[in-house]
Amino acid sequence: MVKKKPKTKPKPKAKVNRNADSLHHVSVVINGKEYQADVEARLLLVHFIRDVANLTGTHVACDTTNCGACTVLFNGKSVKSCTMFAVQADGGEVLTVEGLAKDGELHPIQKAFWDHHAQQCGFCTPGMIMQVYWFLKENPDPSDEEIRMGISGNLCRCTGYQNIVEAVKAAAPAMRAK
Amino acid sequence: MFPKNFKYIAPRSANEAAVLLKRYGPEAKVLAGGMSLIPIMKLRLMSPSYIIDVSRISALEYIKEAKGTLHMGALTRHRMLETSELLKQKLDLIPQTASLIGDPQVRNMGTIGGSLSHADPRGDWGSVVLAVRAKMKVVGRTDRVIPADDFFVDTFASALKPNELLTEIQIPTPPSRSGGAYAKFERRTGDFATVGVAAQLSIDRKGVCSYVGIGLTSLGPTNLRAEKAESLLLGKEVTSSIIDDAAERASEDAKPTSDPQGASVEYKKAMVRVFTKRALSSAFTKAIGGEKKW
Repeated sequence: MVKKKPKTKPKPKAKVNRNADSLHHVSVVINGKEYQADVEARLLLVHFIRDVANLTGTHVACDTTNCGACTVLFNGKSVKSCTMFAVQADGGEVLTVEGLAKDGELHPIQKAFWDHHAQQCGFCTPGMIMQVYWFLKENPDPSDEEIRMGISGNLCRCTGYQNIVEAVKAAAPAMRAK
Repeated sequence: MFPKNFKYIAPRSANEAAVLLKRYGPEAKVLAGGMSLIPIMKLRLMSPSYIIDVSRISALEYIKEAKGTLHMGALTRHRMLETSELLKQKLDLIPQTASLIGDPQVRNMGTIGGSLSHADPRGDWGSVVLAVRAKMKVVGRTDRVIPADDFFVDTFASALKPNELLTEIQIPTPPSRSGGAYAKFERRTGDFATVGVAAQLSIDRKGVCSYVGIGLTSLGPTNLRAEKAESLLLGKEVTSSIIDDAAERASEDAKPTSDPQGASVEYKKAMVRVFTKRALSSAFTKAIGGEKKW
């Protein structure tokens, strides 16, 4: 039989945040829109994107800089946003998966992922697509081998990558045309 | 996961950073690319009270050649080193090594100065700077230059004093008929090396080795020079058999411990032979112009 817990005294009011004076005012342009907030220095960029800007397309998976599910573009470079502080992005520009589609039309990379069934559960997909976006800007006409090296920072547990590679090959001409 | 909170300061110059380092001393850590420091902080293996973010000091991101010396700013990202046309021509050991570090996203942020200062024996740049006899330029109470041989003191301990900041890496431009290669043995793409070997050679017109540098990754408490292997090669005509002997010596130079991913000391020593031979053979072929440079 479970013993009933004795009545305890009411908890005292929460202490004042001693670190309140070390909040930083951060302004980041995400997908063309400015987001401002006062944040702790330790707030990760991925949490700024998800919790402050409410853009939950970017995912936290491994949280140890391995899997790439958190990949976004920062000032034009693909980065793992779980391994950056929001304060590092102050004054900068971020592009997330939500920023790719235009006027209700999927981006060519998103279309190619759809056409080639390059996602199953979809959890790695936003990070994968953002990395592919950066990769195709750097290498517009890649070989299969180059594609595999290009996405080597993005892990997928579902697909075995074959359809992802096909999707990237299909998206490359459309990106070149843009 | 997230780290303990900290005070964050972003100086705008190397000198300003040095002043901050002096003021906050051992309570402060320098943030460059963050690809080593931030994961460590998230795991709370380290909880510095002050973070001095030097990554906005764009004046420290450069690759240039002046008067027979290649100069790389400490904040230069691995990605920039990977794609440098100047380095592909003059010292392609560097672009090749850069391409093998981590993964593309890590290479976009990580910096050579951050990697060297972190002094992880599994870091790839440490072996490269040993192999090319680089000099590290440092600002602090005084400015000084530290040769690579003196730079790695112990595991995660470089020769940098707490108030010093690495600002530049200097490498003498190799002469023509030089070649280098980095042979990295990793279980999966993006892993640290189980074994890594950086080799840089210069060959004179008679096929004799006039310069040799061999740096070893993940094979000791710090990155190491394979000095016995080097002395075997220097001044000798380079043949396949001499390369085999040098590779054997390198496995004696190495001081591996077994690693948590299951590679025993015996296995690592065996792999040093294999990868030293690969690195030396590739470097030699490039030096005599036989192989397309990376």
